[in-house]
Amino acid sequence: MAQAPVLPAGFQLPLEARLPRIGSVDAVALEERSASLAKRSIKREAKVWALTLAIRTTDLTTLEGSDTPGKAAALASKARRPDPADGSVPPVAAVCVYPNLVPAVRERLAGSGVKVAAVATGFPSGQYPTAIKVADVRSAVELGADEIDMVIDRGAFLSGRYAKVYDEIVQVKEACGEAHLKVILETGELGTYDNVRRATLLSIAAGADFVKTSTGKISPAATLPVALCMLEAIRDVYEETGRRVGFKAAGGIRQAKQAIQHLVLVHETLGPDWLSPDLYRLGASSLLNDILMQLRKERTGAYQSPDYFTLD
Amino acid sequence: MAERLPVKKTYKLFIGGAFPRSESGRTYEAEGQNVARASRKDVRDAVRSARAAQPGWAAATAYNRGQVLYRLAEMVEARVPEFAELCSGRGEVERSIDRIVWYAGWADKLPQVLGGANPVAGPYFNFTVPEPTGVVAVLAPQEPPLLGLVTRLLPPLVGGNAVVAVASEARPLAAVELAEAIATSDVPGGVVNLLTGSADELGPVLAAHMDVNALDLAGADGSAPELERLAADNVKRVVRGRNDAQSPWEIASFLELKTVWHPLGQ
Amino acid sequence: MTEIVPTGWTYASAPESREIVRIADRYGHFVGGEWLEAAETYETIAPRDEEVLAAVGQGTQADVDRAVAAARGAYADGWSSLPGSERAKYLFRIARLLQERSREFAVLESLNGGKPIKESRDVDLPLAAAHFFYYAGWADKLEYAFPNRRPKAIGVAGQIIPWNFPLLMLAWKIAPAIACGNTVVLKPAETTPLTALLFCDVLRQAELPAGVVNIVTGDGRTGAAIVEHEDVDKIAFTGSTEVGKAIQRELAGSGKKLTLELGGKAANIVFDDAALDQAVEGIVNGIYFNQGHVCCAGSRLFVQESVYEPLVAKLKRRLATLRVGDPLDKNTDVGAINSAAQLEKIRELVASGEEEGAEIYQPPCTLPEQGYWFAPTVFTNVAQSYRIAQEEIFGPVLSVLTFRTPDEAVEKANNTPYGLSAGVWTEKGSRILWMAQRLRAGVVWANTYNRFDPTSPFGGYKESGFGREGGRHGLEPYLDFEESEAFGG
Repeated sequence: MAQAPVLPAGFQLPLEARLPRIGSVDAVALEERSASLAKRSIKREAKVWALTLAIRTTDLTTLEGSDTPGKAAALASKARRPDPADGSVPPVAAVCVYPNLVPAVRERLAGSGVKVAAVATGFPSGQYPTAIKVADVRSAVELGADEIDMVIDRGAFLSGRYAKVYDEIVQVKEACGEAHLKVILETGELGTYDNVRRATLLSIAAGADFVKTSTGKISPAATLPVALCMLEAIRDVYEETGRRVGFKAAGGIRQAKQAIQHLVLVHETLGPDWLSPDLYRLGASSLLNDILMQLRKERTGAYQSPDYFTLD
Repeated sequence: MAERLPVKKTYKLFIGGAFPRSESGRTYEAEGQNVARASRKDVRDAVRSARAAQPGWAAATAYNRGQVLYRLAEMVEARVPEFAELCSGRGEVERSIDRIVWYAGWADKLPQVLGGANPVAGPYFNFTVPEPTGVVAVLAPQEPPLLGLVTRLLPPLVGGNAVVAVASEARPLAAVELAEAIATSDVPGGVVNLLTGSADELGPVLAAHMDVNALDLAGADGSAPELERLAADNVKRVVRGRNDAQSPWEIASFLELKTVWHPLGQ
Repeated sequence: MTEIVPTGWTYASAPESREIVRIADRYGHFVGGEWLEAAETYETIAPRDEEVLAAVGQGTQADVDRAVAAARGAYADGWSSLPGSERAKYLFRIARLLQERSREFAVLESLNGGKPIKESRDVDLPLAAAHFFYYAGWADKLEYAFPNRRPKAIGVAGQIIPWNFPLLMLAWKIAPAIACGNTVVLKPAETTPLTALLFCDVLRQAELPAGVVNIVTGDGRTGAAIVEHEDVDKIAFTGSTEVGKAIQRELAGSGKKLTLELGGKAANIVFDDAALDQAVEGIVNGIYFNQGHVCCAGSRLFVQESVYEPLVAKLKRRLATLRVGDPLDKNTDVGAINSAAQLEKIRELVASGEEEGAEIYQPPCTLPEQGYWFAPTVFTNVAQSYRIAQEEIFGPVLSVLTFRTPDEAVEKANNTPYGLSAGVWTEKGSRILWMAQRLRAGVVWANTYNRFDPTSPFGGYKESGFGREGGRHGLEPYLDFEESEAFGG
């Protein structure tokens, strides 16, 4: 039997629990709206502001079987000081790694304010017994993770066992303790926007602090329409209950231009309140260097070469 | 002073948007040139390319298909002198271009003439739409070398099908030139595949191929009954293409019709 | 730790450069393939700041006479007897040229008319080119469009178009007319002549024979001269219902063929099972696209009472994200009102709405000092009898009413002398089809709005006009038919 969802500290539920109407999503109109927002032309100072925000909200990520403490530590160095040639470039929001790499990352990030996020719950497939997945979370937290990125059980979701999906999230949230919880939907496996909306609302009801699009291991991942669909669901929860849930776009965002398009989506759907690392994250790896290149181009006027930006 | 020696052209097959030689390594002489002689494996590769390319072509908007085919007309128009040398002359080339333009203009009109809503007796909305059949094998007429091929190529293309065509055996050079025009237009790779070689050898392979949906026998004069028998194995749509026809019903031979019902109610 | 972020992320201005288009100081009329000096001229401006763009001709009776004569000459000289396949190729050329010069035309359209560049670039121009491309393909296939009727051209068509989609309306008129073998005298709207005049340069590049298309600019007087001209065989008019009726009266008994595309007061109907956020997009598109200067605008929003509050809340929030501003800025969503006269009409009707008791909402919006601007507006608590629910405002003003059942929605939607278009928002397929069957409107959009395509017939019921533009049916107004003798025709 599920426990009541764990709520952010200080938040009072009204006497009757409310969820927004689940409803449907029209795919054609959703895709048109996101395409139209993607055409916003962001230039000059607005562009620099956006690029800087993108860096501040990046979860710099490495999730490979071949990751080693050395690799993870190098990434952490990059995370705390993305551009040694430009002191005005802020650190990223977090570094995201597999649980085994958490200690190495934590050590390198000490004193920087950059968070350590660990994927858990049998990432990326989630095809393991619940007890194993919850133990995975507990150990990641013990190793020092500030944030946990879990995956929902898509097998359960697609076979209509929504209660199982819900219960697991509730248990994981409890195992997180102080760590904040991001729930990955793996939208590329859900098939329809209607399902994405349902999964978003379900995850939020079960206690997610953030909802996240993808593991980054399959395609399609964080497309603009899917992001818009999830942002609209987040907005409906906020309108209905006053609760703010964060959003993380992850997977397939390689170019600065795409990052800016994602930020425009947030700005025009949820407004400026969500444009901060507390409520917005971009999960990416190669994106960071592209943003640095764009920033330098804005500052100097010249197109840049990758040779001048470190690969860590 | 010796005259300048021209660079001699190599006449290859057109499969998947590229120009490979025959996997068999064979060639034959036609119109004084060495031309690739396609084998059954080339047919296999061509059908595979066609099948892979067909869904994208069918999913393009009708407007887009029309524009792409119009662009093909632009590319042929730009090469009128070259084409004229490979067929009966300028007149045949101009007729071919006009025929491409004529068919291009049908792309966005077919459902309006071939489909429609059906007034069924009951609270249902019912409509019929034409759809491409899939991969069409075409045995191009032996003559005329350009106009004959264009006449049989455009009808299946306009409707959203992908084509594997066998060029005229004796006069294949116009077909190769057309392949080059296709390659420089916006026709996606694999939507049109052109094989040069022996119709007697390649015809039966196409007719028996289980992943070909329709067969146009325009260029198969003598061996048609045998090909029709082979085609029956997967119930191909068999079309006896006319060498010089220009009609929407030519397009319709390569289309399926789908009818949909939906209730009307509050 | 929450950071302080700016209260709004202001996108920097992103203007489309106007250097791509060259505007002459002065234009004459384009008649018989040549530019005729205009004896009388008037100034055409940019509504965003009232800058004078050019002096254009005020067509006189003599100008119209010359234009009709040129059209008649070109018709008799062989345009209609030219093989359809040759006519087709001229139209294909025009289509391709419009595609190539698309940006140039889009900038000019936005400058002269006031609509956002985003719209002229992404909607008006692609559709205009597509319209020519579509009708090009019919020019040599008319016998398939009308089997057994032996279609033939009529003669000279007089065409009068409005200021809301200047180039697109020109395409809708000229393409089918000349595809069918007719020749044309066209008058663009008084406030938006420039893209029509630039179009004459496309005709030059396409090498269209002289006199097949003639453009005469001017105000209503020039239009009247065309309508009344004896040697014009067919009139096509798109504009206000008032003027449409006047034209119909004028032509009574003359035997001239007529098509009219007039005003509308479309109902946009949202059921409680609609995909709400997408419905809001459709509502916004329905009334704020092109500043509401759209005959088929969804100006009456009917919301099922059971979903009224969430829908209206979402709508008001969405209005606040609409960017009103310079039409040439790529980020502008809502541009300038086309003219001072139109702005006055909108203001008058909005004032009447407030007087009659409706509740007005306008998002906070800084409007520029110069030029003609109106903030996106929504009225709630609207009664069916209020002027804002009855009369066409032709501006960015939405009236919201409620309903309870599908029957009631249909009844209220149809309760108007107009009948151009309607919108239906519901996830239930059978209800979409049931509503579509009952709505007395020439175009029904389900789960979408303001969608146009050259293959899709457009036109109204009742006082919204008669005749269709687009599709196979769009050919009919431009043809005479010799019915087959066997059927007694």
